[in-house]
Amino acid sequence: MSTSVLFDAPGPRARRRHALLALLGLVIAVGVLFLVLRKMSAAGQLQKDLWTPFFTAEAWTQYLLPGIWGTFKAALISMVLAGIFGIVFGMGRLSHVTAVRWVSGVVVEFFRAVPVLIMMIFFFGVYAQNNVFNSELNPLAAVVTGLTLYNGSVVAELVRSGVYSLPRGQSEAGVSIGLTPSQVLRSIELPQALTAMLPALIGQMVVVLKDSALGYAITYLELLTWSKTLGSAYANTVPAYIVAAVLFITMNYLMTVLARQAEQRLSRRGRTTLPGVATAPTGGDVEPVPTGGIGGWSG
Amino acid sequence: MGDLSFAAVLSAFWLTIQLALFSAVGALVLGTIIAVMRVSPVRVLQMLGTWYVNTFRNTPLTLLMVFGILGATYTLGINLAPSSINDNNFRWAVVMLSVYHAAFVCEALRSGVNTVPAGQAEAARAMGLTFGQTMSQVILPQAFRGAIAPLGSTLIALIKNTTVAAVIGNQEAAGLMSETVENQGSSIGIFLIFALGFVILTLPLGLLFTSMSRRLVVKR
Repeated sequence: MSTSVLFDAPGPRARRRHALLALLGLVIAVGVLFLVLRKMSAAGQLQKDLWTPFFTAEAWTQYLLPGIWGTFKAALISMVLAGIFGIVFGMGRLSHVTAVRWVSGVVVEFFRAVPVLIMMIFFFGVYAQNNVFNSELNPLAAVVTGLTLYNGSVVAELVRSGVYSLPRGQSEAGVSIGLTPSQVLRSIELPQALTAMLPALIGQMVVVLKDSALGYAITYLELLTWSKTLGSAYANTVPAYIVAAVLFITMNYLMTVLARQAEQRLSRRGRTTLPGVATAPTGGDVEPVPTGGIGGWSG
Repeated sequence: MGDLSFAAVLSAFWLTIQLALFSAVGALVLGTIIAVMRVSPVRVLQMLGTWYVNTFRNTPLTLLMVFGILGATYTLGINLAPSSINDNNFRWAVVMLSVYHAAFVCEALRSGVNTVPAGQAEAARAMGLTFGQTMSQVILPQAFRGAIAPLGSTLIALIKNTTVAAVIGNQEAAGLMSETVENQGSSIGIFLIFALGFVILTLPLGLLFTSMSRRLVVKR
C-alpha cells in the first residue's frame, strides 16, 4: 500500500486525522462485537458447556469430520469432472468447425447462466425418480452434477481465455512448421494455456467448496448439514454454525494461499498466469480478463 | 398441487427480482463502504476491510442464510418481522445476500482502482491539483470504468444466488421449483422453465455490462 495511487505520503496533520479515523474504526468494530456478544449471552449462547463439546473427540468423529469429508468428496469429484468438461467444451469453443463452436458456446453460456441450486434440484428429482443411483448416493450425484456443469463451463471459459492470452507467434509458428489448426491447439496452445490456468483452477476450487454447501437443500450430508445435526444434538445451534463457518473459511483460505503460491511459482519460471475467478480481486494490478457474456461467482 | 401455472411462475420470479433489487442496493452500499476502508491510508480500517472480505467471501452463502433463521431468529431472537414469518425470511435473505455480495462488490471496486496507473495520480499532483480534484477529475472516473465489468459479474452472480434464499423458505424461483418437483416429480420441462427464467434475467445484463465495459474502457 506504500505506492497507493490514491494518497500522498501523509504529513503531520494527515497523520493526526488518520489516527482519529483509526480510533473511530476501532470503536465501531468493538461496538459491533460487543452488541453481538451481548445478544449471544442474552440468548445463553456464550455458556461454557455449549462450547466444550468442540474439544471432545466425539463432536469431531461423529459430526464435523464426516461433514468435512462430505464437503471435500463432493468438491473433489466435481472439480475433476469439471476439468474434463471444461477442456472438452473449451476446445469445442476454439474449434474451427462452426457447428462445434456454436454448440459448445450455447452449452457453456447456458450452464453459466442457470443457478447451481436449480440444477441440483432438477437432477436430484431425476435421479430419485429413476433410481439412477441408490438412495444414499442420489444426493451426492445431484450435487456433483450441478457443480460439474456450472464449474465445467467456467473452466471452459478459462481454457478459452488462456489460449487467447498466448502470443500470436505460438500458433503462427505451429502452422508454419506444417501442423494443422487442431494439432496446434492440442500440442502447442493447450499445454501452455493449462499451465497458465493452474492458479485460477485452484481458485475455482474455493467456489466449488462453498457451493457444495448447497447440497444442504437436497439432503446431501456435508459440513453444513452435519453442523445443523451437531447443533441439535448438543443444543448449541449458534456455536455449531460459528465453528462450521470457521472451518469453511479455513479450508477456502488455504485454497487461496495455494493458488497464490502456484501463481508465484509459475511467474518465477517466467510464465504468465491467468487472473482467476477467486484470485483476481486480490491479484493486485492485473486487469481482469474480459471474458464477456455471463458469469461470475456463485454462492 | 396441480399444474404449474404461469401466474405462479411469474410471482415466484417477481420475488426473485425483489430479492435481487433490494440486495443489490444493500450490497452496493455496504461494499462501497468496505472498499473505501480497504483503499484508505488508515491501517486499522484496511485491516477491518480485509477481515470482512476474507470472512464473508469464504463463507458459503447457504450457511449465512441458514444462520439467519435457525441461528439469529430462533436462537438469538432477532426477528426482523415479528408479525409475519414470510417477511422475516425475506428480510433475512436480503440481509445475508447483501452482506455476502458486499465482499465481492468491494473487490470489484478495488480492482477498478487498481487499473489506474500510479502515474495518473502523480501527473495530477504535479499539475497542482488538490486531493479532491485528483480524486474527482482523474482517479475515480477511470476507476469506475475499470470496475464496470467485475461489478456486472457480481450483479449477475447475485441474481443467481437469490435462489439460495429458498433454503430458508422463500417462495422465489428455486422455492417454487423445489415444491413443484416434490409434488409432480422432476421433468426437463420444469427445469427449462426455471432455467430459461434465469437466462432471461441474466443474459441481457451480461451483454449490457460487456458492451458498456468495452465502450467505456480507458485506452492505455
